[in-house]
Amino acid sequence: MLDYTTITVLTGALLLGLTAGSLGTFAVLRRQSLLGDALAHAALPGVVLAFIVTGSRSLGVLLAGALATSLLGALLLDRVVRRSRLKTDPSLGLVLSSFFAVGVVLLSYAQRQGGAGQAGLESFLFGQAAALLRSDLWITGGLTLFALGSLLLFWKEWKVATFDPAFAASIGLPVAWLEAALTALVAVAVVLGLQLVGIVLMASMLIAPAVAARQWVRTLESMTILAAAFGATAGVVGTYVSAQADGLATGPLIVLAMSAITAVSLLAAPHRGLLWRSLQRRIGRRDATPDRVLTAMQRLARDHHNPTYPSDLGMLEAGLGARCHRALAELEASGLVERTVHPPESTTHYRLTQAGAEHAGLEAS
Amino acid sequence: MTDHEAHLALHIEDLTVAYDGRPVLWDVDLDVPTGVMAAIVGPNGAGKSTLLKAMLGLVKPTAGHVYVLGRPYREQRAKVAYVPQRSGIDWDFPTTVLDVVVMGRYGQLGWLRRPGKAAYDRAREALEQVGMSDFQDRPIARLSGGQQQRTFLARALAQDADVMVLDEPMAGVDATSERAILEVLKHVRSQGRTVLVVHHDLQTVRTAFDWLMILNVRAIAQGPVDEVYNPTNLEAAYGPQVAFATHQGS
Repeated sequence: MLDYTTITVLTGALLLGLTAGSLGTFAVLRRQSLLGDALAHAALPGVVLAFIVTGSRSLGVLLAGALATSLLGALLLDRVVRRSRLKTDPSLGLVLSSFFAVGVVLLSYAQRQGGAGQAGLESFLFGQAAALLRSDLWITGGLTLFALGSLLLFWKEWKVATFDPAFAASIGLPVAWLEAALTALVAVAVVLGLQLVGIVLMASMLIAPAVAARQWVRTLESMTILAAAFGATAGVVGTYVSAQADGLATGPLIVLAMSAITAVSLLAAPHRGLLWRSLQRRIGRRDATPDRVLTAMQRLARDHHNPTYPSDLGMLEAGLGARCHRALAELEASGLVERTVHPPESTTHYRLTQAGAEHAGLEAS
Repeated sequence: MTDHEAHLALHIEDLTVAYDGRPVLWDVDLDVPTGVMAAIVGPNGAGKSTLLKAMLGLVKPTAGHVYVLGRPYREQRAKVAYVPQRSGIDWDFPTTVLDVVVMGRYGQLGWLRRPGKAAYDRAREALEQVGMSDFQDRPIARLSGGQQQRTFLARALAQDADVMVLDEPMAGVDATSERAILEVLKHVRSQGRTVLVVHHDLQTVRTAFDWLMILNVRAIAQGPVDEVYNPTNLEAAYGPQVAFATHQGS
């Protein structure tokens, strides 16, 4: 049977998966996969500051602090990208590490001060699911509702602003504000995940569901829904496994479950999966008929005004989009083509024999 | 308030855009009458795309003003359809052809309202006009360059705008699509609407367009194609080689 704590954590993980999965879809499509990572790291100083200032360890207080510095990080990031010549990637890296460093310094300060309650602040690094209280679920549920509700309300606007920002601006949408609001929602999702999966692993809860979902779908609607479902499934599975295998860390197990879903998606999804594509390639590359190969060689001979023009095997296969070994072997057996070399190239070449050239009405000289 | 140059589809004065203090566009005046197909040509880095973006308020001009059909652009946004460069788009975005074309109705719908049957009907009509009806459910990731461009053109048609502004619509499209696009644009013109195209191919300018602006940071020349398209103007924009080659080629 599932105990009280496990049910609490299960619910939390489910909500987190839904929020992170759906918002992560937009982050990934905006090519800001690492945004979540930066925002998560930027949350640490907020958590510690909130504790130092209020002395309270209640989740609501700490998450409010986390949200504050996370948003501050996002704002700074936006400024750096817009005002300086730095690209997004290095800007993300800079913000991420500076905020995180401040957080670690503050953490060591809080620990030196000692006192009741500071113990466990560092659990936000890797998450501590068991510490989640039933009362905390109100916060988690409220934030989830807020994030998903906003997404639903402004769906059309966010969709067009993400797909084609220039067009969106031309029809009068405030694209900069829409992007800022999305970033703020990602910060909300990140803050939701701090207690469960922690700062270090949070990015994968945003990126992995979206990447996995993209493999299976063709519309933004289905991608968002599937990403949310993947995130929720990983949350539930990870928590369940952790509850069964006593003492294994919940957050990392959730992330591992998500990684498994992603790996399967990258491999097996129809059309986009690696297996599918290599299978398609194999089916697509059938053997060429001897007739097609002979015609191709005769055309090459004519185009080059050389009845014994040496045709490269790779070139023939690329041109016909098919394998030519078998056809060439047959043609060789019937005495229409012969194998040759074409120095300095070391690849296999074939040329028409006298008979092959006459077959095509080419004069062999 | 009376309208300012109301007979003009587009009236731009003193438009200047500077990046890091360096002018990309300098003191550009442009008047485009209604019901023409106008091309903007100029060498790379001449500021052609920037001119469109400044016109549409996508980049902030340092100076100047833009009037559309006699009113400031801000008030006329719904009357202008914009087709950005195809190369700036992530074509692996999860969406279908019809879905993209429906976005052309978003501006009219306003906030919070979902596109309904009317919007989808209009989008299908537009797709038919560009010869893409058979592709309406196809993911955009599986379109050729020409089909992508025709999808964008359909989105602009679905906007039912009086002025259509297109950035390099012929870049990297096949000959069939180029002809199809030109036919649609001519049809738009025949309805008395105005088409403004940033174009790169000097060869087709004279055959397909009736109004021309030659731009190289400054406005070098503008007017009816027959008056503007001459070696002197081309040389002023492109340097002597291009002007010579183009003139010989004609």
